[in-house]
Amino acid sequence: MTNIHWNVLVPLILYFLGVFLIGFYSMRFVSSAQKDEGHNGFLSEYLAGGRDLGGFVLAMTLVTTYLSAGSFIGGPGAAYTFGMAWVFLAMTQMPTGYFTLAVLGKKFAIVARKINAVTITDFIRERYKNDALVILCSLSIIAFFIAAMGAQWIGAARLIEGSVGIPYKVALIFFAITVLIYTTIGGFRAVALTDTLQGVIMTIGTIALFIATIHAGGGVSNIIQKMYEINPGLITPYSIKEGFATKAWVTSFWILVGFAVVGLPSVGMRAMSYKDSKSLKQGIIYGTVVSIVLILGMHLIGAFGIVVVPGIESGDLVIPTITTKLFPAWIAGVILAGPLAAVMSTVDSQLLIVVGAIVNDLYANYMNPSIKKDGRKTAKISFASTLIVGVLVFMTAFNPPPIMVWLNLYANAGLISTFLWPIILGLYWKRANAPGAFASIVTGVGTYVLFSKVWPRPLGMHTIGMPLILSLIAFVIVSVSTKKPSKEIIKNFWGI
Amino acid sequence: MDDHKKEGFIEDPRYKQCNKEALMGIGLGILNLIWWYVFGYGLGSKAPEDYTYIMGLPMWFFMSCIVGAVLFSSLAIIMVSKFFKDMPLDKIDLEDEDNI
Repeated sequence: MTNIHWNVLVPLILYFLGVFLIGFYSMRFVSSAQKDEGHNGFLSEYLAGGRDLGGFVLAMTLVTTYLSAGSFIGGPGAAYTFGMAWVFLAMTQMPTGYFTLAVLGKKFAIVARKINAVTITDFIRERYKNDALVILCSLSIIAFFIAAMGAQWIGAARLIEGSVGIPYKVALIFFAITVLIYTTIGGFRAVALTDTLQGVIMTIGTIALFIATIHAGGGVSNIIQKMYEINPGLITPYSIKEGFATKAWVTSFWILVGFAVVGLPSVGMRAMSYKDSKSLKQGIIYGTVVSIVLILGMHLIGAFGIVVVPGIESGDLVIPTITTKLFPAWIAGVILAGPLAAVMSTVDSQLLIVVGAIVNDLYANYMNPSIKKDGRKTAKISFASTLIVGVLVFMTAFNPPPIMVWLNLYANAGLISTFLWPIILGLYWKRANAPGAFASIVTGVGTYVLFSKVWPRPLGMHTIGMPLILSLIAFVIVSVSTKKPSKEIIKNFWGI
Repeated sequence: MDDHKKEGFIEDPRYKQCNKEALMGIGLGILNLIWWYVFGYGLGSKAPEDYTYIMGLPMWFFMSCIVGAVLFSSLAIIMVSKFFKDMPLDKIDLEDEDNI
């Protein structure tokens, strides 16, 4: 423990303190909601922030939730290796800011209020009225998200390890305790507010790093020419390897990271928790602008990195290396809080989603329905399960069991193939019913797992493309050939 | 409307606008994809030694990603401020219908 970079550690600690303050601030809302009797008071506050998000907070929490460690460590790392083609590919995330909010939009928020939904599974339960489906969705959330969080925590701990110089395990504990405490005490409001703080830090960090990188490389022209000299493929949309960044493959990322993000429960949950239609408008505007700055900025930094800091063995280290090279240590600490913030803001939302699945979707619905009326008891169980899930994830990151590694591979795609069509068709198609939803989930997840083994680029696309199309077809065919949903459901959802 | 009378309820009047807004979002997303594809691959498929540059960036990248980003952010802002309508999100009563 002699190589600790205090100059980096101190800004990080200050930042963590800020995060705690937000947690304590939000705790006031949570504890007053505890005393609320009935009306889902506690769960609505803990899992949806009392549906109180303004536009700016909505935008920030949405953007930072779907931009994970991938966009800040892995993405720039890939751009470092594959050049401008990877920046071009990353731009497929461009529509996410407006697309998700416009498509789920007000309708989702209106429906959520009508049926008193605070989780995606609430929506599924009321729309399809099928216990097996609800249990399947909840279990899929729990398994996939715990695995996904494990991977994120590993990334965060490595980042702290690399930049601060403390051992991996210490870094992991440091990180885990912070996330657990503010999420446990503050719930969704704390998560959304820390996401906002994190979004601001990420944006400032990205802009500062971007300017410094261009400066260090002697201007954009110079950098691009040097990239050309290193390998002409670095400045083409086809990248450096023949047959790697093909048109169909790159374009199909529009599905995976652009449009289908609508199907991620952590994203969908945000679309039910904003305050009013004005917040939605502002959310779309801020969300689009901020996500463009972050995506374009971070990936260009990665791509330009090959000129500024050549010869890094692992692309994942490009952002930490550039930062510590170009800035004095204490500023590097502030900037490195950016990617760390990206991880934290993704993880905290996932944590809350899993808690929602356990407490709201499974426990309160099937094991102990009377609990919803008792704010204090719900609170206790929610706190306890937040901690338990946190400890589980911690153990996963400490020493990942093989099943988790395997689940993590499928986490995002699995969630998208589970939820995308049941949400979209449930919201916009009256004929959608439970057998259809089942068929689409089984087809989607099944073909995804199958294709990733035997046919990883069906018709040249990313693996997720075909399964999503097939599961849509399965949904429609099975829905049409089975019984219509009951009048009561339709009235509940479409009536006044 | 006949369909709804048969089902015995009045459809929430806000949904018409909601559906319109969702379609606009999808439309903008698809235009976005086309712009990105046409400029990216249209200009980027030449041999790299024949590339033209603007502000130091290869033209294909500049048009597809930089201009595309600015253009579609602007279009999203215009879409939201011109065509998205404010409406209450909570449960509404029949009498509220006129106010929407």
